[in-house]
Amino acid sequence: MYKKVASLPYLIWMLIFIIVPLLFVAYYAFTTPNGSFTFDNIIQVKEHIYVLFRSIWLGLVATFVCLLLGYPMGYIIANSTNSKQRTMVLLTMLPMWMNFLLRTYAWMTILENNGILNSFLELIGIGKVRIINTSGAVVLGMVYNFIPFMIMPIYSIMTKIDKRIIEAAEDLGANRVQVFYRIILPLSLPGVISGITMVFVPAVSTFVISRMLGGGELLIGDVIEMQFLGSTYNPYMGAALALVLMVLVFICMAVMNEFDDGESEAIMI
Amino acid sequence: MKKVFSLILVSVLVLSICSLPATAQDTEEVPLTGESITVYNWGDYIANGEDGFIDVNKEFTKRTGIKVNYDTFATNEELYTKLKSGGSYYDVIIPSDYMISKMIAEDMLEPLNYDNIPNAKFISEELKEHCGFDPEGKYSVPYAWGRVGILYNEKYVDDPVDSWSILWNQKYKNKILMFDNPRDAFGIAQKKLGMSFNTNNPEDWRAAAEELKIQKSNVNCQYVMDQIFSKMGNEEAYLAPYYAGDALTIYGDNPNVKFAIPKEGTNLFVDAMCIPKGSKNKEAAEKYINFICETDIAFENISYINYSSPHVKAAEMHKEYLAENFGDWAVEVIYPETLDGCETFIALDNETYQLADRLWLEVRNSGDYTLTIILVIGALALLIGFIVFLRIKKHRRENA
Amino acid sequence: MKVLSRIYTTLIFIFLYAPIVILIIFSFNSSKSRSVWGGFTLEWYSRLFQDETILNALKNTLIVSVVAAIFATIIGTLAAIGIDAMNKRLKKIIMTLTNIPMVNPEIVTGVSLLLLYSIVFGILSKFGLDVSLGLVTLILSHITFNIPYVILSVLPKLRQMNKHIYEAAIDLGCNPFQAFMKVVIPEIRPGIMTGMLMAFTLSIDDFIISYFTSGPTSQTLSVLIYSMTRRQISPKINALSALMFVTVLSLLLIVNIRQIREENKAKNSKSIVKL
Repeated sequence: MYKKVASLPYLIWMLIFIIVPLLFVAYYAFTTPNGSFTFDNIIQVKEHIYVLFRSIWLGLVATFVCLLLGYPMGYIIANSTNSKQRTMVLLTMLPMWMNFLLRTYAWMTILENNGILNSFLELIGIGKVRIINTSGAVVLGMVYNFIPFMIMPIYSIMTKIDKRIIEAAEDLGANRVQVFYRIILPLSLPGVISGITMVFVPAVSTFVISRMLGGGELLIGDVIEMQFLGSTYNPYMGAALALVLMVLVFICMAVMNEFDDGESEAIMI
Repeated sequence: MKKVFSLILVSVLVLSICSLPATAQDTEEVPLTGESITVYNWGDYIANGEDGFIDVNKEFTKRTGIKVNYDTFATNEELYTKLKSGGSYYDVIIPSDYMISKMIAEDMLEPLNYDNIPNAKFISEELKEHCGFDPEGKYSVPYAWGRVGILYNEKYVDDPVDSWSILWNQKYKNKILMFDNPRDAFGIAQKKLGMSFNTNNPEDWRAAAEELKIQKSNVNCQYVMDQIFSKMGNEEAYLAPYYAGDALTIYGDNPNVKFAIPKEGTNLFVDAMCIPKGSKNKEAAEKYINFICETDIAFENISYINYSSPHVKAAEMHKEYLAENFGDWAVEVIYPETLDGCETFIALDNETYQLADRLWLEVRNSGDYTLTIILVIGALALLIGFIVFLRIKKHRRENA
Repeated sequence: MKVLSRIYTTLIFIFLYAPIVILIIFSFNSSKSRSVWGGFTLEWYSRLFQDETILNALKNTLIVSVVAAIFATIIGTLAAIGIDAMNKRLKKIIMTLTNIPMVNPEIVTGVSLLLLYSIVFGILSKFGLDVSLGLVTLILSHITFNIPYVILSVLPKLRQMNKHIYEAAIDLGCNPFQAFMKVVIPEIRPGIMTGMLMAFTLSIDDFIISYFTSGPTSQTLSVLIYSMTRRQISPKINALSALMFVTVLSLLLIVNIRQIREENKAKNSKSIVKL
């Protein structure tokens, strides 16, 4: 019995620092600066519906690219020898030890019109390509920052796949393609799902990447930041947007859970 | 894992030992009093010990023993938001004209005690005529002033730069920068349309917003503030409206970048030091303001930031410095003969501010989004279809 | 196939490390510019140690991440023990609560904490208490987003643990506290360590929540870097990051090499036994 009490500090903590603040967000979303109840803020969200769609679209593209690039990577890491596996995992996680703003800033140097990539392209005769200040650059920034979150869960689920199942399938006459589609892919699905959520949520709500690489095209995160600490102060509107974003993310989670059969728990790095 | 952890702890220790020397050095003149003030200023808007100028904040600590915490902002609106959203307290802030009058109206500033700021006598009387935001100087002491103009790279821009309309010229598509704050950005559109900055007529603001939307769709301008330094310096962009003083700084990096004042008239801005309500050490804050107005400090400071000085003596010294280091044209840019055609921002009605904020977001969000919406809906439909497909498959398998 | 996968991993690692290499190279650049090479210099490294703003931010970052990681580990471990003892329904409710800060977009968490602090400060100031955003609010926020990660790394270890060991300890005369300290903690130590390390890493890397909850006197490195990106990042920051990066890299390499060696040793001794 006394054991349950051990979680009391945590429950109190979460009540004060998670539940109450979120209630404040909801409260602000439905009040006017004078403190009276209103639906105006929520209705006004429709003025930002385009930004919302743009954020969702870029988030989806970034998640898709991460999956495309990250899945083979997770597969390769999981199938290398033990010592190699560890080195590769470390190498995937290591960039996170360098501040992500700095790394994104370095992409500016690479992608600029007179940047490193364009100098290289000019050297080999392709000529300059306009990359920075486009949506493409924003997606690249997202992929770069969040791809470890895709690789890691996929890798960790792949290492848990029982090799004997694959051997059995091979013994029963399945070729490599069949083994992949029939066994590896379905068994790695929980990892893919947790990877997708781990990439999509930060990508859809990011607020610095587009400012640095996108030349001032706003994403929903930027608009929220502008209402609280930026150039258009209106925390009531900002709270309404934050609420909408939160609901959106929770809907996404519910949809993703549909894929999951419910037996796997959150996969940890 | 355990070993990794302990090793990382060791490295943490090593790093924190590295940070020790910082606290152990300097201040030989006046011992630290234990007092401290927090100053909130524009980014890179104070001499900080680089390029051969003194470090103003360190010098202040040396002479008075009061520690200076220093924080920076990029736009007036950001400063306002930070003060409004609560939680942060500052002792000295340096907003611009219109923001000062707005803050006075909202009772956010402390009146100054001029007995503690004797050096305020050096502030130019001529400039005070342009200080409509705080006519009697009850709340503010000017820090620097200047004009907004167009920076252009003469290597790439061959049209004459004499009108704001060049910022709408499609020839320079993707190469134009624009202010990332509503008041300055709308100001440009308003001058282009021949209006006053300080109109409270909603129609005027809507017209200006339309003009900015046209600009965004025609030339795909990027909205930046201080990134202009590297973008103009590296020739990533060819045209940008910005503050006169910064034009000289960029000229120092890239002499192709020139500065022009458009014929439609422009904005004369005054940034002034104020003490916000909630300051914990008003007397020390006034000491700091007084210190900034000391002639030698004012000169060193203004020569680093290259804006125009409101300090009569420092301005004379700065003119000589400019003529020596940049040439006579720089003196004319920073200290023009006449200020005719310049207008200062003053506070607007509350409704106008709200409208401006909304219109600003509208401008920033404008564009053709039909494709994006179709794509998102398409992707969602695909996803739902896929889920349904999986369900059916699972159902069949279970039945089989 | 093997060549193909090698090429593929190389390309991915080039993608991951290109910006880092560039940052490190530009920390030796004698010009201030972030894209023009002006010659080799070590000046930024020496000037880094005279820059109080940067060192102060580094100090803040380390204080916040160490303190937050320790508190989060304590609260999180206790929570995990409690959750483990709960029945299934209660457990599910609590785990959903735990998932909220992990799933919720960071910006929403940041904004909600900012609202909390400003409202509480508003109330306190009516009683004449002047508090402001600073290290304390920063640490509180960091603890908040760290706890769930600690719980999630401790819980599996608790589940794997043999429940009877604890009972045996009690039977042998330990009081519950002794049993807990001497039996339970050692059993779940790897989980606690992983959780703590993870909390520490997350705190060091965090920007969004720090941005909303730090005050003017308590800037962390990432908040400072953000205010610099709006204009030009000083090469001193590049120098600092290069130092931090190289430190972590070499630590990890040493540990990794050691582990491989130990494994080989173990393998060898096993084969000897077999012989």
